[in-house]
Amino acid sequence: MTGYERPEGLHPPLDTPEYRSTLLRAPRHPPVRLEQGLTEITGPLLGAERVTAADADLTTRHAGEPLGERMILTGRVLDSGGRPVPDALVEIWQANAAGRYNHQVDDHPAPLDPNFDGAGRCLTDSDGRYRFVTIKPGAYPWRNHLNAWRPQHIHFSLFGRAFTQRLITQMYFPGDPLFGQDPIFNSVPDPQARERLICRLDLDVTQPDWALGYVWDIVLRGPAATVFEEGA
Amino acid sequence: MRGLTPSQTIGPFLAIGLPWPDGPEVVPAGTAGAITISGRVLDGTGDPVPDALVETWQAAPDGSFPHPDDPRGAGPAGFRAFGRSATDAAGQYVIITLRPGPLPWPGGGTEAPHLDVSVFARGLLHRVVTRIYLGDESEANAADPVLGTVDPARRDTLIAVPGEAGQFRFDIRLQDPQETVFFDV
Repeated sequence: MTGYERPEGLHPPLDTPEYRSTLLRAPRHPPVRLEQGLTEITGPLLGAERVTAADADLTTRHAGEPLGERMILTGRVLDSGGRPVPDALVEIWQANAAGRYNHQVDDHPAPLDPNFDGAGRCLTDSDGRYRFVTIKPGAYPWRNHLNAWRPQHIHFSLFGRAFTQRLITQMYFPGDPLFGQDPIFNSVPDPQARERLICRLDLDVTQPDWALGYVWDIVLRGPAATVFEEGA
Repeated sequence: MRGLTPSQTIGPFLAIGLPWPDGPEVVPAGTAGAITISGRVLDGTGDPVPDALVETWQAAPDGSFPHPDDPRGAGPAGFRAFGRSATDAAGQYVIITLRPGPLPWPGGGTEAPHLDVSVFARGLLHRVVTRIYLGDESEANAADPVLGTVDPARRDTLIAVPGEAGQFRFDIRLQDPQETVFFDV
């Protein structure tokens, strides 16, 4: 039976005190190693019934168009062997152009946009490709430390095809001057891995006179060698 | 080999994009044989975590998965096997599902009925993974190869407490005291 590789040292340590919300929520005990059985090598294959074509365009869902910089965001969901992950659910959510989330907990005094709710979803195609039309989210302040501001980002939720591949993350934009002071972005220990959270501007994806194009590929854990030796 | 994409926290605003109206219903409420698993997600002071997302994945009652990667073959389509519940202001989640079947363990032996669980929340930079076992399956639980790897003093944190009429209670404590056992999968 084939299992999935274990990404040692890739993810942020749960215990990252610079991000204050970890203090009362990060577990204290080290996790117990779980060998991968049938429940771990399978996972939800959530099909087309959860998604309509309109769900991938966050700019056409209301009476008017949202304010902000219109953008096309596309890329592929792959595993580490370069194999595309087809027919996989991708969900995104984000702040509006003013840096305000359409959520009752967000009390940042920036305007809500009646034409933007900030949620999108789509399925990857046979080549693992997703595509959204949205607006560029704004930066916003939060209370982690004095003058803490989140870099512009879009939240992503990925399923892949196995429980082990489930991933929730955030995508950032090139050259954001707020990276240096953001404990969430900097919680990824390897600087090269951190860079993989940043999309790139792509003029081939850009539609002239209409919207800038950005590309971001997402790489999920790939298959590893046999999990158990037979009869071991 | 391509570099893997690292995890980031789900943050406090997951309710914008992730909850589904039918998320907690792996099967519709009222389905014959349905069980309800509910509980609270709690932080290190015992306060509720009102902005968590709890997801479950499990076998069907006959031990099959609706998935082609099961080397025994895919089970019948129609059973979603996946549940998703955001916590409410009291930190409460709920999953309505069917009792999973036991599974052959690749290393030999039989896994007791269980659900794999992912917990996401603000303050968690990647998900934590646990398992829900059912407290009325004590014989199967005693022989379970995964429970056998867990410190006996902490094993009870993985076992949902049966109540009346198919109800089970399973609290998730992110941090001591009585921290839930989490797995590195």
